[in-house]
Amino acid sequence: MGLKRGNSGSTATAAILALFIFVLTVATVYIFVKKIWWFPPAINDIGHEIDRQFMRTLYITGLVFVAAQFGLAWAMFRYRSRGQRATYSHGNNTMEILWTLATAVMFVGLGIYSQKVWAEVRIRPAPADAMRIEVIGLQFKWSFRLPGPDGKFGKYKFEAHPEQEFTRDPWVVEPDDPDGKDDIVLGPGSVIAVVVDRPVELLIRSKDVTHSFFVRELRLKQDAVPGMTVPLHFTATVPGEYQVVCAELCGQGHHLMGTFLKVLSQEDYDKWLKDMTAE
Amino acid sequence: MTTEAGAVHVHEAPHGFIRKYIFSLDHKVIGKQYIFLALFSAFVGMFLSLLMRLRLAWPGMHIPFFPDGILPEQYLALMTMHGTIMVFMVLTTAPQSGFGNFFLPIQIGAADMAFPVLNMLSFWTTFLSLTVLLAAFFVTGGAPLGGWTVYTPLSAIGATAGPGQGTGMTLWVVAIAIFSGASLMGAINFIATTLDLRTRGLSLMRLPLTAWSWFITAVISLLAFGVLLAAGILLLLDRTAGTSFFIPGNLVLTEKVIPHKGGSPILWQHLFWFFGHPEVYIAILPGMGVTSHVISTFSRKPIFGYRAMVFALAGIAFLGFVVWGHHMFVSGMSPYVAIAFSILTMSIGVPSAIKTFNWIGTLWNADIKFTTPMLFALGFVSLFVTGGLSGLFLAQPSIDLYLTDTYFVVAHFHLIMGVAAIFGIFTATYFWFPKMFGRMLHDGMGKVHFWFSFIGVYAIFMPMHFLGLAGHPRRYVGTEGAAYLGGLEPIHVFVSVAAVVTITAQLIFLFNFFWSMWKGKKADINPWHATTLEWSVPAPVPHDNFGGHEPRIYRGPYEFSVPGMTEDYLPQYVPAEKEVKG
Amino acid sequence: MPGTVVTDDLELLNAGGGPPADRGGAGGGDWHRGPGPASERERRTYLTGISVALAAILMFFMALASSYIVRRGTGTDWQPFDVPRILWLNTAVLVASSITVEIARRKLAQAGVTEFRNWWAITTALGTLFVGGQFVAWRVLADQGLFLATNPSSSFFYLLTASHGVHLLMGIVALLYVALRAGQSTWRRRAIAAECTAIYWHFLDGLWIFLLFLLSFGK
Ligand code: HEA
Ligand code: HEA
Ligand code: CUA
Ligand SMILES: [Cu+2]
Repeated sequence: MGLKRGNSGSTATAAILALFIFVLTVATVYIFVKKIWWFPPAINDIGHEIDRQFMRTLYITGLVFVAAQFGLAWAMFRYRSRGQRATYSHGNNTMEILWTLATAVMFVGLGIYSQKVWAEVRIRPAPADAMRIEVIGLQFKWSFRLPGPDGKFGKYKFEAHPEQEFTRDPWVVEPDDPDGKDDIVLGPGSVIAVVVDRPVELLIRSKDVTHSFFVRELRLKQDAVPGMTVPLHFTATVPGEYQVVCAELCGQGHHLMGTFLKVLSQEDYDKWLKDMTAE
Repeated sequence: MTTEAGAVHVHEAPHGFIRKYIFSLDHKVIGKQYIFLALFSAFVGMFLSLLMRLRLAWPGMHIPFFPDGILPEQYLALMTMHGTIMVFMVLTTAPQSGFGNFFLPIQIGAADMAFPVLNMLSFWTTFLSLTVLLAAFFVTGGAPLGGWTVYTPLSAIGATAGPGQGTGMTLWVVAIAIFSGASLMGAINFIATTLDLRTRGLSLMRLPLTAWSWFITAVISLLAFGVLLAAGILLLLDRTAGTSFFIPGNLVLTEKVIPHKGGSPILWQHLFWFFGHPEVYIAILPGMGVTSHVISTFSRKPIFGYRAMVFALAGIAFLGFVVWGHHMFVSGMSPYVAIAFSILTMSIGVPSAIKTFNWIGTLWNADIKFTTPMLFALGFVSLFVTGGLSGLFLAQPSIDLYLTDTYFVVAHFHLIMGVAAIFGIFTATYFWFPKMFGRMLHDGMGKVHFWFSFIGVYAIFMPMHFLGLAGHPRRYVGTEGAAYLGGLEPIHVFVSVAAVVTITAQLIFLFNFFWSMWKGKKADINPWHATTLEWSVPAPVPHDNFGGHEPRIYRGPYEFSVPGMTEDYLPQYVPAEKEVKG
Repeated sequence: MPGTVVTDDLELLNAGGGPPADRGGAGGGDWHRGPGPASERERRTYLTGISVALAAILMFFMALASSYIVRRGTGTDWQPFDVPRILWLNTAVLVASSITVEIARRKLAQAGVTEFRNWWAITTALGTLFVGGQFVAWRVLADQGLFLATNPSSSFFYLLTASHGVHLLMGIVALLYVALRAGQSTWRRRAIAAECTAIYWHFLDGLWIFLLFLLSFGK
């Protein structure tokens, strides 16, 4: 082994490696273009916007991916050792500056552009008339709370008495709080429903460890962090039943911590709510 | 003559097995010790990933030692230990402390590292850390299952939080704290060595890019590991002393109210990722260095844009400290802060792009020799591009909302870290083995290993992107939790088959490594016709590297195919008078 | 000083020490660069080592200090308390020890080995006194019913003082080591060791003042 002049194996190796990189690139592009495995259709406006931003990113990175992999494959094949002598050059400052600027404009531009969608999702507050739903993660189920007709959540015991030390579960709505009288608690393992085309604001929290509320069709995910209440809003436009999963490691039952989000018409919703409160 | 610790450049060769091979002060022995530690850890980590893949594809399969199959908590423990071992014990040790220890002093013309005793201590501290970490497998309650990021409060509460959260988690935290100490000692040594022990004529801008990358990596380690140590101590106190740094009040676990108050789980994430993001660059930078080195050598062409390469390394290191929040877009952190982190993260693509362009630029008009190290270096470039580009999706919070904590992230970090950085280790091994052991690795076996690995890792990790796009969360032991996951099982099977083949193929490497150590072809002093100082000394390298004389450097590190010369390489250490004119 | 090393290299860098320019002769990192022989280089290496180590220690304490600030801002359970008054006395002791260690180092540079040993011993004594004083401060807090886990403010108090204390104890070990070997005039690195220990000691002094301000005014 070692380095000899005019390495004989070079051509075959160069050709196979270049070919593999070529095939790999083409196959990857093919799978992405055919969308063989893809996200399910979005059911909210923000979801569609996120998809558009995803596609913009995909076009740009796809271009870079193809250019870089083909460039690599081509260079290694074209300049394989055939007894030639390499050109003695330490580089080219003009090109260096050019591609630095090009990538800077492209990557940072894309980055700045994408903040628009982010602002829609997380910075713009929910509309005032949004339905509010409290989402609570606990090992290994989701539970929910609706504020009832008054639209206000009552305090939990530990919130009403911050100085008190509890030995029994303090996540019980404080009986003395008038806001809490009509709260509807949907206990661990419940399914949750919302009304189609109506803005919804989720208030996400956790009773034990960190979980993460994830609905694919909404394109939304939010960690449920103990000690915090994080708001998240959306307006679902397509009726149906969608899977909720937990996306933050919370223990041995993490993969089973699922439930469903139902998007219902107003009538169906009222019926559902009646059933829930009847129990 | 003295054998004391410290910045001495000549010391006597030690006698006796223990001082020579166990508690050795010689940077070359310590470097090899680190490499063996990493090799062992890599196989442990790989074995754990094999078990994980078996469980994911064939849940009912009978596996020895797991009479009831791999339980969910066991799967998560395997995963946690896999990630931890791979990131800390393989990627933080081999590329930096392993190869860096062996070759940095030689490349800069020094007799040893600046502080040999500190060097030895840092190895044995690392060893202790590995021992403590592995002990977590054998304690009651089982190995920790917090993921390698051990998010609080799951990891802070203790045994009530579930299996693996008792002694196992405590050992994890202790191991990581010890590891931080070891890495800090190493970083101090690398920095002082590079700054102060360079030989005559070796200005910073004549350093080989490997040396640059070790130096910059050391700076990152120095600033990052102290923070991890602090975080580890806080976590340990929460677990054992009843403090509430990370545990908020009124948490209810298994019907019990946890006696803590007011802590902040997000604080842990900030501390961890302040370390964690720089850590991933600690893993990749040495790989970038060795890739540049090897690509230039086997292109027989000076590296394209040496200065740009150095500035890009420094740029990545700097930006690496201001982007940690991109791991926390859905953590409940302020959405305004997320914007800043996102744009900074996107800009880290720029120095990375500079590196990629310069690698391809080096290949342009070159005379490429397809040796085994060169194959791995080319593989590194391909994998780095593929893995890096998916980072640009994750860097945008709006898109990351969907992709975070799915297999898309798993695909991203395995391609860029799990295998690009590992390809850096392979490149270094095939390239430097002759200097380390005086024998060549078997070339045929090396090439077979390359083909299996390169095709294999793409087959394992490319499909994971699609799992992620379909919304498959990570850290899921099975697909029974949601109907849509069931439809993705064929991908899991494909990935697992690819993993079994690829992992088996690593045995070729293992065999080659040990076989060649004894039976390989004897290596010439400079088998690759390379230009840097390590190729001026015989292999095995004498005890004080240069036999007491001070080498002298006459030019930059990558003078290949200089016009007017017969040979196509002009080493740094050959004086101008002796240049062979053609 | 390590600073010079970097400056030299930056100059070289600006002068265009890149690969194409084949400028033989002494570049950066010359074995014999700078005044004096190899021992000068050795001194530089140790100074680099200690400066770099201080940077790492600083990052460690900065992480704790930022956690302190964040944690104070998040929970509603933070209960400030007045730091024990003895801390101010301890601070005076530590500042004094910083002065004595500096005097000792200067004496050594002027070859006054006996005087050096005396001042060095005084420093060690003051350092030990400081650690003792910190213990008293802990006792004072414990008597008030403030323990490690009582409140985040007390947790941080114990944690920061203990971390600083551990580093200080390492400083005392270094002082003792130098003191024990100082008599050996054959010990080539005596002056270097004294200098590094002194730098470390000054650093701990400054760090303590920062921590004290954090604990007493940042509560
Ligand atoms: C070696 C390790 C390594 C490296 C180098 C990187 C590099 C990058 N990473 Fe990655 N990352 C990880 C390891 C690494 N990462 C790990 C381990 C995790 C998960 C941790 C966990 O949660 O367990 C992670 C997670 C992670 C996340 C969080 C995902 C989430 O959990 O939601 C994000 C988000 O921004 C991210 C982004 C990036 C970016 C933008 C880069 C950039 O540096 C990439 C830059 C490279 C390129 C962009 C490609 C090359 C460029 C070109 C080819 C340009 C050519 C250009 C033109 C033609 C114009 N990474
Ligand atoms: C270096 C990092 C590294 C490497 C190499 C690997 C290698 C592999 N990893 Fe892993 N992995 C992680 C880092 C790494 N991983 C991390 C950080 C996580 C996250 C954990 C968490 O969620 O907390 C993870 C998680 C993870 C998961 C996700 C689990 C989940 O979310 O449920 C899976 C699933 O398949 C997986 C699979 C594999 C497989 C099949 C391999 C393979 O084994 C591939 C084949 C391996 C090689 C080709 C490398 C061989 C290397 C050598 C032989 C080195 C030689 C060394 C010297 C010469 C010194 N890994
Ligand atoms: Cu709840 Cu994962
Ligand atoms: Cu990161």
